[in-house]
Amino acid sequence: MKVKMFSYNQLDTYIHHLSGLTKFVCFLLLTTTVMLSFDIRVILFVLILSFALFKVAKIKFSQVKLMLIYVFIFLITNFILTFVFAPLQGVEIYGTEHVLFTIAGPYVVTLEQLFYQITKLLKYLSIVPLGIMFFLTTNPSEFASSLNKIKVNYKACTALSLTLRYFPDVQRDYHSISLAQQARGTELSNKEKLSKRFKNIISILTPLIFTTLDRIELITNAMELRGYGKSKTRTWYAYRPLNKNDYIAMGVCLAIFIASLLITTFVNHSIYFNPFI
Amino acid sequence: MRQPVIQFKDFTFQYYSQAEPTLHNINLTIHSGEKILIVGPSGSGKSTLGHCLNGLIPFSYKGEIQGSLLIHDSETKTQTLFDLSKQIGTVLQDSDGQFVGLTVGEDIAFALENDNVPLPAMKDRVKKIAQLVSMDELLGSNPFELSGGQKQRVSLAGVLVDDVDILLFDEPLANLDPATGKTAIELIDDIHDEGKTVVIIEHRLEDVLHRNIDRIIVMNEGRILMDDTPNNVLSSNILLEQGIREPLYITACKYAGIKITPDMNPEHISTFNIDAVANQLQSWFKTHNRTLPTPKEKSLLEINHLSFSYDGSRKILEDINLIINEGEMISIVGKNGAGKSTLSKLIVGFEKEDKGSILLEGQDLVNYTIKERAEHVGIVLQNPNQMISKNLIYDEIALGLRIRNINEEEIEKRVLDVMKICGLLPFKSWPISALSYGQKKRVTIACILVLNPKILILDEPTAGQDYHHYSEIMEFLESLNKNGQTIILITHDMHLMLEYTPRAIVLANGKKLADTKAYEVLCDPVLIQEANLKETSLFELAQKAHISDPLKFVECFIIQERRERNHES
Repeated sequence: MKVKMFSYNQLDTYIHHLSGLTKFVCFLLLTTTVMLSFDIRVILFVLILSFALFKVAKIKFSQVKLMLIYVFIFLITNFILTFVFAPLQGVEIYGTEHVLFTIAGPYVVTLEQLFYQITKLLKYLSIVPLGIMFFLTTNPSEFASSLNKIKVNYKACTALSLTLRYFPDVQRDYHSISLAQQARGTELSNKEKLSKRFKNIISILTPLIFTTLDRIELITNAMELRGYGKSKTRTWYAYRPLNKNDYIAMGVCLAIFIASLLITTFVNHSIYFNPFI
Repeated sequence: MRQPVIQFKDFTFQYYSQAEPTLHNINLTIHSGEKILIVGPSGSGKSTLGHCLNGLIPFSYKGEIQGSLLIHDSETKTQTLFDLSKQIGTVLQDSDGQFVGLTVGEDIAFALENDNVPLPAMKDRVKKIAQLVSMDELLGSNPFELSGGQKQRVSLAGVLVDDVDILLFDEPLANLDPATGKTAIELIDDIHDEGKTVVIIEHRLEDVLHRNIDRIIVMNEGRILMDDTPNNVLSSNILLEQGIREPLYITACKYAGIKITPDMNPEHISTFNIDAVANQLQSWFKTHNRTLPTPKEKSLLEINHLSFSYDGSRKILEDINLIINEGEMISIVGKNGAGKSTLSKLIVGFEKEDKGSILLEGQDLVNYTIKERAEHVGIVLQNPNQMISKNLIYDEIALGLRIRNINEEEIEKRVLDVMKICGLLPFKSWPISALSYGQKKRVTIACILVLNPKILILDEPTAGQDYHHYSEIMEFLESLNKNGQTIILITHDMHLMLEYTPRAIVLANGKKLADTKAYEVLCDPVLIQEANLKETSLFELAQKAHISDPLKFVECFIIQERRERNHES
């Protein structure tokens, strides 16, 4: 467990102190804002906001490195594929065509396409930190308790919080199993062909599934022996009522959401912001 | 007469999945405020008996019950698991696996949450119970950051919070280092003094007897064989017959031909009265005064100035220097978190050292990958389930060779050789899922041995095993060692260190404290204190018998024990 990746860490920051429910609502509001808008100004605003919050939540780069690498790979592939399959999408949307240079055949690089693709890239880029942040700063138990408060079935809530809670454990198991398999010679690095590597990963999954099943039996017994599932409701030790900061945070996000809708309806008259006319 | 709280009457239980009953005709009465120890080898039915008490049987594990089991005068069959959990609290063996909450406070509160206790009352109650087990300062901590002993306190608090009056401990010592185990027994004793009825299931008899026990129940093959006071049980031969380890001081007395009787008070070494027979011990010592042979020293693995930390600030290992000789079987001991496992991970390359070097036959291993190192140094993980990925034993053992593109003929030869050494030949075509835990352990050892490593490292090879399986695994390792295999054992089992490994390395807080003869470690009070170990009762026995050189006495005992094991006289 070099650094605790992908797991909740209790830190003393504004973001950590918000209720899980608040963070969930804010996450939904901000992502919907970004999804519903193709206005680069709105998107940039959310992007800057989410990176600023990242800073506030004191999330270390090392914690999210791996995840960010995958996200970047995805983004770049997406960027290239969008161009390959629809090189004139931007022209179609914005209705003008400013050619920068021609690559070959239909592959013309236009200012519109570039603008469209950059907007799209930023869209993804602004959502990712929000998701990571929600995951890393939310106390699973407290989140479960607030979900239960808004009438979500408590068994579903515990299932959710246990999943989050056991994620680091399973990760640790995976790590030691994969090391043990590597010691026996299983190659998992990119020295190996993809098909072979896939097979090798299966050889890790089998023991992982078995150790996880053992774990599940143990935890089920431990929970039942302490009366879990006895009555139709339960109370939560980790529950904490929403406070002023929660309402402020939700209010701000709601305002951003509404502002973006207003911009779409009254300023841009479409989801796209068009600088070319 | 005190009130009976648990009454088994002609109780028989059979799992639906089994052909035979697991418990036969159990008759057992436990009274309020008693402290009972249930011992028996694996498969004796002692865990099943525990499950019947806490209600996992018949509510989670299904089966057929005959006879009756009354708890507080009401039949368990007619109650629910939840009714029972209000009367009997269970502290499970693996405290790591049973934490439900993310913080200590939340975990303790779990039972209250399920009872719909309102938040303010719940916080009060949690605080009170946490004080009882001295964990109130740590309510906000993550259970995984606690030490082994603290974890157990949290599990105990989580059960006590329900105000149960019967407590069931299922192998409470299995994952604890010796000193922590001792504290755990003291803690259980304190709770017992609060007026609780306590039932302990454990096979580490000597460690449990550190504090008073009212009765010992000896079980095997699903029956109760003896139900008597510790003094009477220890004076009989039943423990040895049933494959349960006696306290070492009793074994030593038996070697000296002393007949143990109840009036000698054998239940604790401190109360054990041997004045009348001290001369017998002395004369045994005189006639059996032998010295362990000093092994030849040819360095195989050399570790120089090794330092390591996970986060760059807290040192897990600091300036470790040591030499492992060829053909040695050596223990690395120390408390939980002392850096033992980390050291082994560095040797096999799972982690990279910050400073220092590891040399195998003079060759620096720094540029070797995990795979390359595996051909020189092999490691067997504690949990065999973490290593097994194939269905058939043969395929599992052949895996490492097949990956190395060795031809099938050669593979077959090497796999069969290893299977023979490991006693797995009869199971050649068996699926691994049909094997017992100990057999699986052998399979994982075979998987590593087949690669012909010069050094074999085992992490807690006998954790959670009863005496029979423990001996089986250790004798197997000893036979490998006799054939020249160098073996490093990482353990906190003091018996294992004392009996099987001539030399031991003691780590504490990332530093090497000692590198000496195993029995000397357990006779050095300062070292014992610093490394969270536990003194051996043999030393005290020798002192009680006025033996001039207690250290030598311990050495002689070990020699005798090896001879008995190898059936020499």
